[in-house]
Amino acid sequence: MTEAAGAPRARAGLIRALGWPVRRWHRSLRVRVVTATFALAAVVLTVLGVVLSEQVGRSLVDAQRRQALAEADTGLATAQKILRSGTDPSTALPQVDVALNPIASRAATFEVLLLPTDPLHGTPYVPIGLLGVQAADVPASLRKQVVQQQEAYAYTDITTPGGGTRSVLIVGAPLSPPSGTSYEMYYVFPLDQVQSTLGHIRTRLLEGAIALVVLLMAVAVIVARQVVTPVRLAARTASRFAAGQLAERMDVRGGDDLAQLATAFNEMAGALQQQIARLEDLSRVQRRFTADVSHELRTPLTTVRMAADVLFDARDSYPPAVARSAELLQSELNRFEGLLADLLEISRYDANAAVLEVEPVDVVELVLGVVDGAAALAAGRGVTLDVSDVPRTPVLAEVDPRRVSRILRNLVTNAVEYSEGRPVEIALRADEATVAVRVRDHGPGLRPGDATRVFDRFWRADPSRARNTGGTGLGLSIALEDARLHGGWLGAWGRPGEGAAFRLVLPRTAGRPVLTAPLPLEDVLDVAGAR
Amino acid sequence: MTRSDTAGAKVLVVDDDPALAEMLGIVLRAEGWTPAFVADGARAVAAFRDTHPDLVLLDLMLPGRDGIDVCRDIRAESGVPIVVLTARGDTTDVVRGLETGADDYVVKPFKPAELVARVRARLRSRPDASAEPEQLRIGPVEIDVPGHVVMREGEQIALTPLEFDLLVALARRPGAVFTRQVLLEQVWGYKHVADTRLVNVHVQRLRAKVERDPEHPEVVLTVRGVGYKAGPVGAADAEG
Repeated sequence: MTEAAGAPRARAGLIRALGWPVRRWHRSLRVRVVTATFALAAVVLTVLGVVLSEQVGRSLVDAQRRQALAEADTGLATAQKILRSGTDPSTALPQVDVALNPIASRAATFEVLLLPTDPLHGTPYVPIGLLGVQAADVPASLRKQVVQQQEAYAYTDITTPGGGTRSVLIVGAPLSPPSGTSYEMYYVFPLDQVQSTLGHIRTRLLEGAIALVVLLMAVAVIVARQVVTPVRLAARTASRFAAGQLAERMDVRGGDDLAQLATAFNEMAGALQQQIARLEDLSRVQRRFTADVSHELRTPLTTVRMAADVLFDARDSYPPAVARSAELLQSELNRFEGLLADLLEISRYDANAAVLEVEPVDVVELVLGVVDGAAALAAGRGVTLDVSDVPRTPVLAEVDPRRVSRILRNLVTNAVEYSEGRPVEIALRADEATVAVRVRDHGPGLRPGDATRVFDRFWRADPSRARNTGGTGLGLSIALEDARLHGGWLGAWGRPGEGAAFRLVLPRTAGRPVLTAPLPLEDVLDVAGAR
Repeated sequence: MTRSDTAGAKVLVVDDDPALAEMLGIVLRAEGWTPAFVADGARAVAAFRDTHPDLVLLDLMLPGRDGIDVCRDIRAESGVPIVVLTARGDTTDVVRGLETGADDYVVKPFKPAELVARVRARLRSRPDASAEPEQLRIGPVEIDVPGHVVMREGEQIALTPLEFDLLVALARRPGAVFTRQVLLEQVWGYKHVADTRLVNVHVQRLRAKVERDPEHPEVVLTVRGVGYKAGPVGAADAEG
């Protein structure tokens, strides 16, 4: 349990720590394209560079070796010739040394060593050249091979007079004078030039690779921009369109994929705009119709209403049946009028034509005003309206007083009608952001599930119960719409036999959402009792 | 208040519906008033000039000419009380009527008693029309109560009787805050009408006439969330 809870938290922490780059990566297509291009190009070029410099290096070394061996063979032939001319080896060897080494010193590409195989019977000829090669510099393994009458070569490092080391290729061959001690001839080729050439080539390769990577990234940036810019434009256009600027369209340029996207987007936008315009038309027609019906119905109804009132006022002078008819006409006209008014109000909501007109209002005053207005009805039913839980200090809120009064009137009238003579309690609480009013009765209450259904149009708590309240069945539906128009809540609570409670919660600043209510919906009497 | 207060008053009914006009006539006559009728908006102003009514009952939806225009024209030449009949309780419609100069409105369908109460309240002779001289002052505005004259920097301001009553009610208790409900009771004479739009629109109309800058009122001040009050008496002196 704790692990399961800990893992996502750790992950969230990691994501937060990576923060900016991760977000950039996820958000920007350009960053991803450029980064991927860079990574790929870098890997490919590194591999290519390594392989290439390896091969060039090897072929350079091979060429050097071939050249060295050829040089050594030539030198060997020359030396053999001098020795074979029959002169005394003690004079012939210096001749060899002179014959070979000047070439070397002239060209400075190699130096020649003549070493006696038996150091006790012979003088080593070591050149005093730039390399400063010593007899000890020739590796023992190479000497061993040469002593066994083999021509051989070896790579090694020598110490220069300056104290540094140089890589050299030493080619050795046995030099056998007709008599006397046998000698070994060693050609020492410094490898500096090869190495500097190789280094040069590597540098060039690296420079080329870097230039190529930069070029590729530039290409990637340009390509990405070419793709991303229209996509971003499309996104901006789409969000403007979504925000209600229905005339917003994309530029169509050329005939590429992006142009196709733009065309498709524009087609979609056109279709949507048309559809929205049609719905708006419908809504306008509906509103117009509502207004017309309102006017057309209300004018004759006014006449009927006035005529009925005149008849009603004079009912005492009629025979009983006519007098009763006048009474029925009067009371049913009241119902008819209420129903018509409610239907028109509901249709106004259905047509989205309801307009909220907020002004700073003292909600306490509104509540007390509504309670005053319902006093006569309550007295007639023997119901007391208990407002002891309503503060007497002003509670200002930006609301539409007409609608809020209507909601409250509805709740109070309902409570009075269902309270069966028991008191109705009205409570008001406010905090910084919201104001809540609760109307509580102790009537038959609500069955489970009815708390939401009470707001349905024409819903009745008990269909078998005779309707004597004169309500239209639309009051709570309108109240709910009124509350929603304010961005507020209207909720019901109830239990069979324990009565019901309705709570209205409104934001004190118009347009702010209601997040918490300063007053519980459920029965506080129990809580108050326990306290 | 007795019937004789307003007995014999002439009421011009501007309505295109013959049945409703006739019924209105029956109800008005029952109160002892004398109705006159005109069915066409285009002829309404001429009929007003001919009949010299004490009050106009004006239906906002008229053939020939919009009731709003008729209302504006009548108000342009007379301060006679105008009560409009509207089929729509929509705020825009009601406010439009009040802004063009109507004193009150009744939404169809209305009860005869309601209409009669509104008409009587507008016809009633005002209790403040006493002969005793009374001079009031709010900022730059001077009010001669019995003479029904309002002066502002030497110039007379034409107010309708209702606007005059509203100004006087505020001026009589300088500094006191009036809720809209109290104003409805004192100025309109309504006990259980909770229509704040009536007060709001009339305050706006009054401001448009008496204020230097209606956006920054100094005569009729708003007390946020409560109501209105008169500006300080010496505002002009303090400024000048």
